[in-house]
Amino acid sequence: MTVLDIQGLTKGFSLHHLAKDIPAFEDISFRVAAGEFVLLKGANGAGKSTLLRTLYRSYLPLSGEIRFHSSHGLIDLARAADVDVAHLRRTEIGFVTQFLTARPRVSAEAIVAEPLRLAGWEPEAALDAARKALATFGVKPDLWAAYPTTFSGGEQQKVNLARALILPQKLLMLDEPTASLDANARAALVARLQELKDQGTAMIGVFHHPDDVMHLIDRVVDLTPDAAPQEERDDVAL
Amino acid sequence: MTLTLDAPRIVETRPLLEVHGVSKAYGPVQAVRNVSAHAYPGEVLGIVGESGSGKSTLLRMMNLEEIPEDGSYTLDLPDVSGNLFELDRFARRMLCATKIGIVYQNPHLGLLMKHSSSGNVAERLLVAGERSFATLRAAATEALDASEFPLDRLDAPPIELSGGMQQRVQLAKAIALEPALLLLDEPTTGLDVSVQALVLDTLKRLQQDRHITMVIVSHDLGVIRTLADRVMVMRRGEVVETGLADQIFQDPQHPYTQQLVHAKL
Repeated sequence: MTVLDIQGLTKGFSLHHLAKDIPAFEDISFRVAAGEFVLLKGANGAGKSTLLRTLYRSYLPLSGEIRFHSSHGLIDLARAADVDVAHLRRTEIGFVTQFLTARPRVSAEAIVAEPLRLAGWEPEAALDAARKALATFGVKPDLWAAYPTTFSGGEQQKVNLARALILPQKLLMLDEPTASLDANARAALVARLQELKDQGTAMIGVFHHPDDVMHLIDRVVDLTPDAAPQEERDDVAL
Repeated sequence: MTLTLDAPRIVETRPLLEVHGVSKAYGPVQAVRNVSAHAYPGEVLGIVGESGSGKSTLLRMMNLEEIPEDGSYTLDLPDVSGNLFELDRFARRMLCATKIGIVYQNPHLGLLMKHSSSGNVAERLLVAGERSFATLRAAATEALDASEFPLDRLDAPPIELSGGMQQRVQLAKAIALEPALLLLDEPTTGLDVSVQALVLDTLKRLQQDRHITMVIVSHDLGVIRTLADRVMVMRRGEVVETGLADQIFQDPQHPYTQQLVHAKL
């Protein structure tokens, strides 16, 4: 059962102050089925992260289609209204990054519970589930009510993963989630991904060291263009 | 060149707020030119732009303080219909008191500085017709508590309070009648960074617990980034770009938005 069908997707950035167009990737097509794990491969600058962000619509594609089989029917994420994309992000499409966006004065458990609250869970049930998720990723109970703004990078990443993976999604993008994790947290992550995969979540991931997730990978999509290698440009839009 | 987006297909509710084709000039200065905006129920719309971009004028139109030369304004609420710009003065005042809350950058605009804080909040309920002292006091206390105002200072007049506390009184006044729409005009500008974080956190919490639709105007991109679901960028009275907040900040399309985003520290 296809969850995502990407057709001829092209992304580039127009930097107006440099009067310059910078291509990111061109004419990408592939499909992802329910429960399938696709690894994106390619040298730095091949556009792996850019592709993930384009699928999530943090970046606007230049052309092509991102046909997503949502629970409301087929929708092209390349052209979907902002409000529809926002709705799908709350309910069906997840994105796991390597950084936690901590907000001042918001506790770890509240941050993790937030996606459940947005999906309509009752506060207590959401907090319960959040604490379980924090425990799974090895965050000590003492820290649950503390503010992650002051946590170390590794602890923040555990909170981040607990939050990003708490709500089972139909489609999940993973951008280097294993960076800065200790062995136990990595194992917890892999176990949670396996669980989501078994529940039918389609996943597209970028991993610098895919060894941890090797047994989850069903397919590899290589973004390396036929042309000569290009400069690093993952962060070009910022 | 990017793709043109479709009309919403999944979200079937109508926007709570719709402003269409509004324009306003002050003498020779065109403050707002043919601007349209909308916000869905529970959504936070951020409006950014530099001073003079027309963003505050637009917000004041949404609070019916300014009536534009052209255009329409509708709120999709029970007992509210038609173009709100056409309401008479009395109907306007009633609508603002019961359906719309506003927090100004300058607390003097929103508060009676020498009256007690709880009295400031209760005044709003009085306008809406509440007369029982006990009810007024209880409702004011509840709203101040929700805005995380220290309850041992209920009777202190705003003039004796810090800037952050004054903003909480404004916020309490704004939410006392559980408005459908909360308008925020630079609510944290001029506050210390730590106080700013507290106010932002309170706003975020209110938004999540009460699902109030909010429109927030700020030149501070950090504030907008923290609160807004969707962002509208204004320049010289016109809208140059709208999009999901993360898209506006990570992949701005318009030259002006790129300049704005790149200028952020």
